[in-house]
Amino acid sequence: MKETGTRYKAVVIGGSAGGVEALGIILAALPAGFALPVLVVQHLHPSDDGGFASHLGRLARLAVVEPCDKEIIERGKIYTAPANYHMLAERDGTIGLSVDERVNWSRPSIDVLFESAALAWGAGVVAIILSGASADGAKGMLAVREAGGLTIAQDPAGAGSPAMPQAAIAAGGVLEVLKAEDVGRLLAGLNFEPLRGI
Amino acid sequence: MDRPGLEPTEIDLLLEAVFRKYGYDFRSYARASIERRVRQFMASGGFASVSEMALKVLNDRDLFSRLVRYFSVPVTELFRDPQVYRAVREQVIPLLKTWPHFKIWHAGCATGEEVYSLAIILKEEGVYDRATIYATDFNDEALERAREGVYGAAKMKEATHNYQAAGGKASFSEYYHSRYDAAAMNAELRERIVFSTHNLASDSVFGEMHLVFCRNVLIYFNRGLQNRALGLFTESLVSGGFLCLGTKEDLRFSEVNSFYEVVDRKARIYKRKAAL
Repeated sequence: MKETGTRYKAVVIGGSAGGVEALGIILAALPAGFALPVLVVQHLHPSDDGGFASHLGRLARLAVVEPCDKEIIERGKIYTAPANYHMLAERDGTIGLSVDERVNWSRPSIDVLFESAALAWGAGVVAIILSGASADGAKGMLAVREAGGLTIAQDPAGAGSPAMPQAAIAAGGVLEVLKAEDVGRLLAGLNFEPLRGI
Repeated sequence: MDRPGLEPTEIDLLLEAVFRKYGYDFRSYARASIERRVRQFMASGGFASVSEMALKVLNDRDLFSRLVRYFSVPVTELFRDPQVYRAVREQVIPLLKTWPHFKIWHAGCATGEEVYSLAIILKEEGVYDRATIYATDFNDEALERAREGVYGAAKMKEATHNYQAAGGKASFSEYYHSRYDAAAMNAELRERIVFSTHNLASDSVFGEMHLVFCRNVLIYFNRGLQNRALGLFTESLVSGGFLCLGTKEDLRFSEVNSFYEVVDRKARIYKRKAAL
């Protein structure tokens, strides 16, 4: 794998049923001083009131933020989509939120985040699709791949619910299939030089 | 692959064209969301490019109307975020009671679910008759539906649950009549509500207010337009008046932050300080 260097600008991760466990493994592997922002959509119950973000905060060395609208995206921070809002990346390096209708029966939707990331950062996106029982994220992975980004699916064999990574693979947008542990290792091992802005 | 690179410029031209020809200003809307909607509209209409679509929109008013409907798809629900209504009940209404008559501006009320929710809270706290509620939106079609107050019966189960979580004092079914697969909100909830068209992007202040309720509207605006809308609210509010935003909308980074103190951080309820 030669996908290293300075070209990456952000990591986006999507998970659903069974995704929280994989997410924990990946985020715990990221070292303090990790050079990219990490944006996460995990399907949650609409009434989750920041509990999921607190849970991740205990696992990760990086700061975990449940962002407000227009929050400035900073490197080395993890941003989790609030329950009942879509989260989008804006080209100006801020977070956008919306209460638009559900996409793939989900709000937040992984497709919405990934497609916006592909538009905002193009080939600079690392997109990861984790365990889940729906097909959310398949279109978004394809969009990231078509923009030249790096797309990784959790190995369906090790996923609690294999349907979501399988759907992404079937849609043709997946470049690598890895175990959650190896995704964490890959991200932690990317060599980054300081970037000017994101 | 120059299409993704070109598209943002084409979208700029589309929004500019819509503004000049029809007077609707979407140029200051939050970019990622509006782009998503433009792309969806494009796909649903089978257009090859944004430019091709822009040209058709300019020459076809019906197509333009459909586009506006697409840009302003209202998504709201009765008692969305019940804890906010509980906070209004416990922390705002006791102070509203100190005015013999008070005025509420519900800006961006869309199809009205949250206006009726507020009306119910005011009724239960015994202050409804002292209130005038101005419920505004730029989308006439949504306003018409707000005025009718008829919602899908399927939504009443979640609404009932939310109403109870908001500290509801009665049975929620007392507030609507079931009609086949629809639920019509009681007409008496509408008695003190004035529905009217108002565009936060272009219109100005229309009266002095004691509470401005504007939830999940500002997230669709860019910072410039957010500050414009917040400026209108700040100009409208009496000192000691309240501003209630969406739970993920924060005043901290806005131009009007210094005019407010926080009443409830989680519910995003602010209080207008006395003018200096």
